[in-house]
Amino acid sequence: MRRYSAFAIAREAARHHLGWERAWRSPTPKAQYDVVIVGAGGHGLATAYYLGKNHGIRNVAVIEKGWLGGGNTGRNTTIIRSNYLQDPSAAIYEKARSLYETLSQDLNYNIMFSPRGVMMLAQTEHEIRGYRRTAHANALQGVATEFIGPAKVKELCPIINIKGPRYPVLGALWQARAGTARHDAVAWGYARACSDMGMDIIQQTEVTGVRREGGRVTGVETTKGFIGCSKLGIVVAGHSGVMAERAGFRLPIESVALQALVSEPIKPVMDVVVMANTVHGYMSQSDKGEMVIGGGADGYNNYTQRGSFHHVEETVRALVETFPIISRLKMLRWWGGIVDMTGDRSPIISKTPVDGIFVNCGWGTGGFKAIPGSGWAMAELMAKGHSPLAAEFGMDRFREGRFIDESVAAGVAH
Amino acid sequence: MLTLTCPYCGIAACETELTPGGEAHLTRFGPGSSDDDFEAYLFLRPNVRGVHFERWRHAMGCGKWFLAARDTATLEVFGTYPAQTTEPPEDIVAAIKAKRPDWEGRP
Repeated sequence: MRRYSAFAIAREAARHHLGWERAWRSPTPKAQYDVVIVGAGGHGLATAYYLGKNHGIRNVAVIEKGWLGGGNTGRNTTIIRSNYLQDPSAAIYEKARSLYETLSQDLNYNIMFSPRGVMMLAQTEHEIRGYRRTAHANALQGVATEFIGPAKVKELCPIINIKGPRYPVLGALWQARAGTARHDAVAWGYARACSDMGMDIIQQTEVTGVRREGGRVTGVETTKGFIGCSKLGIVVAGHSGVMAERAGFRLPIESVALQALVSEPIKPVMDVVVMANTVHGYMSQSDKGEMVIGGGADGYNNYTQRGSFHHVEETVRALVETFPIISRLKMLRWWGGIVDMTGDRSPIISKTPVDGIFVNCGWGTGGFKAIPGSGWAMAELMAKGHSPLAAEFGMDRFREGRFIDESVAAGVAH
Repeated sequence: MLTLTCPYCGIAACETELTPGGEAHLTRFGPGSSDDDFEAYLFLRPNVRGVHFERWRHAMGCGKWFLAARDTATLEVFGTYPAQTTEPPEDIVAAIKAKRPDWEGRP
């Protein structure tokens, strides 16, 4: 693989850009791999990457039904933060955030990580108490966050209406080294690095069945024929339930639609990410100038990648009240993704009832921020059978009552 | 916009009038049941892509719980029926089979 660099740009500029290579190969699948990963989204590709980089397992295929990064990796609002309450969550999300800091250099691919700061607004007395508690917890966990007052909020983000009639801004949980990244580039960067290590990324290929012998996985049936493997990682987000059914077990997961939208581009008006969870909306400005907006998930099972209009209406209504400046903006695009929700709103990185099958799912409405940490932990689990980062995220925790209860603590707009 | 007809008051209610209540026809396991049954009842779901039976409450209307059969891959609604039943009524099953001949029944 030719490395990207300032020199490479100069070299290619001098010869009409004819020397750029394809970022990844599109090989025909081999008959047998050590590891097959189902799902070439961020989490699947990151899993493959760290299997190769950290554990030397490079006879790996990543099988994707559509195109790589075309699911939730390309549909999220690109926010990266790690200000979670519970220790296991803070550990894995902070691992991910810290890996994002140097991911561009690591992958030799500009993922445009922008640690511009994320603030989660406190707009009720309960939220003030909740976020103060989170800030204290984060201090113990080694995650740099602080609770800031309304004056500081206004200073960091002047377009906020602090004295909103219904929900005035009373403060915020501020994480200065949180931010955003270019979501497609994360998938592309990992894919390029995986391909460079000799891994096969097989797109436009659906896994239609999982072959097992004596309670152990032997391979997958695909639309391009049988592919054998000794270990299988299922990393398919919204379709985890469908894949689990094909593999012969059930997951504590239900899939619902989560929507996002972007406005027409405008001049720079905000250089932080703002989440307003009481009123259910969050917003940041992309490098192109579009306001990137997200809100709450639907409440009913859905696989269509389109959600309910009234949720978008609620989100926009909340944000117009918080940011009056956007009231006349036109919206350019509006889309939905299928998110896999667990009962405690925490992910599952786990062994399964079938030997050799591992599952990484349940990231729900907040998976993008976790991609490097999730891949790191999943790769370790698949290579060694145990990962300290993933230890608390086993699917047995539901049976055993060891919830990692972020549904009320995370302040995430569910 | 999802519209479901409340089987009690007959109103074709838009989803803003309704509250979703998750999968229908779960068999309840309580104290004395096995760990497997209890876990499956509380957490494990087939999470079907296709015909899905689910609970809804006509929250902004008559307030009653009812059940609906709906396709999660197309958002098509096959019908709604009162909640006082442990399995889908025959007319609902017939309506599903008329439109989904390959349907194999509830998982």
